[in-house]
Amino acid sequence: MAVAKTSKTAANVPQSQEELISGSEAVAQALRLADVDVISAYPIRPYDTVMQYVSKLIADGRLDCEFIVAESEHSQFEIVKHACSVGARAFCGSSGVGWMYAMECLAVTPSLRLPYLAICGNRALDDPGAFGTEHNDAMCVRDLGWMLYWVETAQEALDMTLIGYRAAEDQRLSLPCALCLDGAFLTHSAQIVSVPPQDLVNSYLPRFDLGDRVLHPDNPISIAPQANEDWLMEIRKQMDAAMRRAPEVIREAHGEFHRAFGRQGGSPFIEEYMTDDAETVLVGMGTMASPVRVMVRKLRAQGEKVGFVRVKWFRPFGTDEIRTSLQRFKAVGVVDRDFSLGAADMGGVLYNDVRATMYDAQRRPVISGFIAGLGGREIEEKDVLEMFRRTQQAGADGRGGEVTWIGVRE
Amino acid sequence: MAVLEQWRGVKAIPDIEYFASGHRTCQGCESVLVMRYIAKAAGPRTIVTGTTGCMYVANTSYYSTPWTIPWMHSQLGAAGSSAMGTAAGLKALMRKGKIKDEPINVIAFCGDGGGADMGLSAISAALTHEDYNLLMVLYDNESYANTDIQLSGSTPWGAVTTFSPAGTKHRIMHRRWKKNTPGLLAAGHSGQSKFIGTACASYGLDFMNKVRRALSAGGPTFLHTLDPCPKGWHYDPELSHEIGSLAVETGIWPLYEVNEGKLSFTGPTRNILLGRAKRKPVREYLAKQGRFAHFTDEDYDYFQRKVDDMWEHWMIPGVVAFEMDPRDASLLQK
Repeated sequence: MAVAKTSKTAANVPQSQEELISGSEAVAQALRLADVDVISAYPIRPYDTVMQYVSKLIADGRLDCEFIVAESEHSQFEIVKHACSVGARAFCGSSGVGWMYAMECLAVTPSLRLPYLAICGNRALDDPGAFGTEHNDAMCVRDLGWMLYWVETAQEALDMTLIGYRAAEDQRLSLPCALCLDGAFLTHSAQIVSVPPQDLVNSYLPRFDLGDRVLHPDNPISIAPQANEDWLMEIRKQMDAAMRRAPEVIREAHGEFHRAFGRQGGSPFIEEYMTDDAETVLVGMGTMASPVRVMVRKLRAQGEKVGFVRVKWFRPFGTDEIRTSLQRFKAVGVVDRDFSLGAADMGGVLYNDVRATMYDAQRRPVISGFIAGLGGREIEEKDVLEMFRRTQQAGADGRGGEVTWIGVRE
Repeated sequence: MAVLEQWRGVKAIPDIEYFASGHRTCQGCESVLVMRYIAKAAGPRTIVTGTTGCMYVANTSYYSTPWTIPWMHSQLGAAGSSAMGTAAGLKALMRKGKIKDEPINVIAFCGDGGGADMGLSAISAALTHEDYNLLMVLYDNESYANTDIQLSGSTPWGAVTTFSPAGTKHRIMHRRWKKNTPGLLAAGHSGQSKFIGTACASYGLDFMNKVRRALSAGGPTFLHTLDPCPKGWHYDPELSHEIGSLAVETGIWPLYEVNEGKLSFTGPTRNILLGRAKRKPVREYLAKQGRFAHFTDEDYDYFQRKVDDMWEHWMIPGVVAFEMDPRDASLLQK
């Protein structure tokens, strides 16, 4: 897109450029800056706009990488997995049932400790056919060792691509990382994005190095032999140990990014909005933050003590930050853009993760659950208002555990 | 891409092994010989990926890998995609100066379940990517041999497997003819791939030289081997080589390669075509194997007729499984 303006920095210093681009194009720009070596594509809406931008960057000579259009998502994710094994920085992505078609490959990657980056352009798992956003696709890998981050803005998409590579490739983790972008709302919406200069990115993001785990004739190792009951539990425990180290590595990666680029400061795990004296807050992930913030401002204008807490990293879950934050409030309403049919209290995935987190809090708020915005249905102000009212009522009654589907026709 | 000279005679083959001890395959296993041959033929500057199958599960136990060259497991249907990913990674890193630019062979192997069934689309896709130097080897022991001998699309008609037992109501449970995987890949991809061929470990020198030709051809290549399996085919392990030879001599398993679009037959298959040798009756091959022990004379006859078709009616004997309508054939002659 057209270059809007350049930021004010001293002469002869490489400058950031502000561009009006979508979340997908922001990711593509970050892949260029990260000098990614191998990318594999397969079409499915809405994630595939990333690959359209990537292919144009390659066609114009702005990105030098192997670009393989695979014949299925299964092959797509196997290609990048194996490219990563020889030391190539790799990128992949999918949406909805495409993500599910790759599930076998997604499942094995964390135990191989191969840290490529993927995006999941969140999409409903049709049937019935639906392009719109729903978080169940990415959430299917939540137990398997993938690091998952829910992005809100195009700027965050660019920044998190760089932070994601830095954290994932850190030898203390070496875990794959997926950025989750709400389909259409983020993948296809243009926003002003500050695109940093190459030199600055080079100083932030070191060259990918698998160390003594790289597959090469000079390092003739065997990867992923049969371990069976003799060793598998130890290997799983090593994955667990890596995920336990992830919060610290993530904090470092965000901190260094903030120092270098001046963005993504604060907690990497949550972002609070108007919570200082709040009694009632909603909790949610992704682009729903925008309509919720609008309603928070309107209710604040009427003197109501309401706020919003956005969950950013979902795996690892920001247990400490979320516990510390939410125990300050009287009533909490968790908004899931997913469903987990038959789960505890028939609640969504985020809802039950939040409730588990708060069980050992010093002070437990009353927690209500909401299922909203499935299949890309817009979460409107009236929906947010209803969720606040129900959460406030549950707080007044001192009784949580209610899960309500919002905006559903009778 | 590597340039590997052809070995002229067994004495030219070096002693050194790159697939060594440490595996726990069955006595008489021919598929493990395939592994040994491809490693020996390719040499030390090679990366191998292997899909799930008996050559994964029986071959590479944690702490006792037989691979002295780098090896990595890939998912069952991923021979083609694992080879592409490995080759693409190396290519990008070499072009961008991130690793030394040198020829490194990339070989992916899969069984008949992983290759002829589940992974066929990825193998087909890989054969269209002319930018990548890679070899895919399909070791065909005609069943899912790792999971207890279940039938695959590559299991011969009538064979007993754990999914196709001979019963009192249905003597023949497996009524599908074996899929002609090398033929369909050769017919569909010889415009893009410079080497698509078949082999059998009973003919070691022919086998290893085909691996070396494939790796030297440049671009994506494919080799399909027929591997007698004592466990799945029910015969004495000492007969493995003999049964492999009989598969070729009866005409059931033709040895050929399509090299830069030119088809040539090798070994005993060539002698059959030249009329120097007569095809042996299929009964000599089938009757040695317990998986066909329930066959009646009628079954043997049916099998023989199908194999006779391969040689007497196919447009290209043993390779292209159809013939031309005589009217169109006469048009072509004009």
